Amino acid sequence: MKLLHLFKRKSSGEIARDRLKILLISDRVSCSPEMLEMIKQDVAKVISKYMKIDTDSMEIQISKSTGRGRGNKNPSLYANIPILDLHKI
Amino acid sequence: MSEVIVVTSGKGGVGKTTTSANVGTGLASMGKRVVLIDADIGLRNLDVVMGLENRIVYNLVDVVEGNCRVKQALIRDKRYPSLYLLPSAQTRDKTAVNESQMIKMIDHLKEQFDFIILDCPAGIEQGFKNAVAGATRALVVTTPEVSAIRDADRIIGLLEARDFSQIDLVVNRLRPDMVKKGKMMSVDDVVDILSLPLIGVVPDDENVVIATNQGEPLVGNHTLAGRAYQNICLRILGEEVPYLNLNQSISFWTRLTEILHKN
Repeated sequence: MKLLHLFKRKSSGEIARDRLKILLISDRVSCSPEMLEMIKQDVAKVISKYMKIDTDSMEIQISKSTGRGRGNKNPSLYANIPILDLHKI
Repeated sequence: MSEVIVVTSGKGGVGKTTTSANVGTGLASMGKRVVLIDADIGLRNLDVVMGLENRIVYNLVDVVEGNCRVKQALIRDKRYPSLYLLPSAQTRDKTAVNESQMIKMIDHLKEQFDFIILDCPAGIEQGFKNAVAGATRALVVTTPEVSAIRDADRIIGLLEARDFSQIDLVVNRLRPDMVKKGKMMSVDDVVDILSLPLIGVVPDDENVVIATNQGEPLVGNHTLAGRAYQNICLRILGEEVPYLNLNQSISFWTRLTEILHKN
């Protein structure tokens, strides 16, 4: 596991980019990363009642704009939740 | 129709003054009537970058307070007759001027100039508010560093809350060698994060330091940074200019002229 980690290590440029992306989301909408993590866990709990999802690789973020250009659009909450099994209720 | 452009960044030391000096000089070299306004009251620097520090008699605060007419405070550049500098005051602070005074002064200058370029101070306080008050267009300068980009994002948010017709991004001090090795964010990364249209990329070039030492803007000369600034000016005028290949190996002749020029 550790050896695999060594090969997959991110370059510092990538680290900077990823840190900034998270930082700016909270800067822009004044929503802390902790709160976002809580939202993520709650969303995961609700969805899990209906289907089996991959909670480890699910992503959730608030973005101020849609696509290119910033404009004065309302912020929106994006969730990317990979489904593992669509079992019927 | 004149354009009022503010050069801003949030964070200090990313190249606002250098960008202002070079963009102003470049536009003047293209035949435009340009006035550069140093809006950094208390920390005057545009005059030294332009090499005009010995010719200051009156300054921006004198104009605003009515101690002199605008014309008396304007310093004509030694290189281009259509380029002027309105220096800032060194002994006062940001509160010496307010937004409506700036707007009034800019409106007056609009009659005589095609481009009014404001060198904004760092920060988001009164100095920033004064500098952006009369502007309709902005150049946001950033470097590919976490702190500079974060501050740029904050500035962009503040600019968007105002009535700007255009806000463009200048990525300064790029090190292509580091980007290649993954040790610096690429221009694409920066543009993607800030989602602002790109108007120029200026490489980290030691010639910028040399030019500042001499008080001579390097826009338009053979150096990579000089060419990058030239391209920014052309893009401001609406021309489509391809981006420089910053990875190119410098030709023998360029290297030779560079060695001969270096003192």
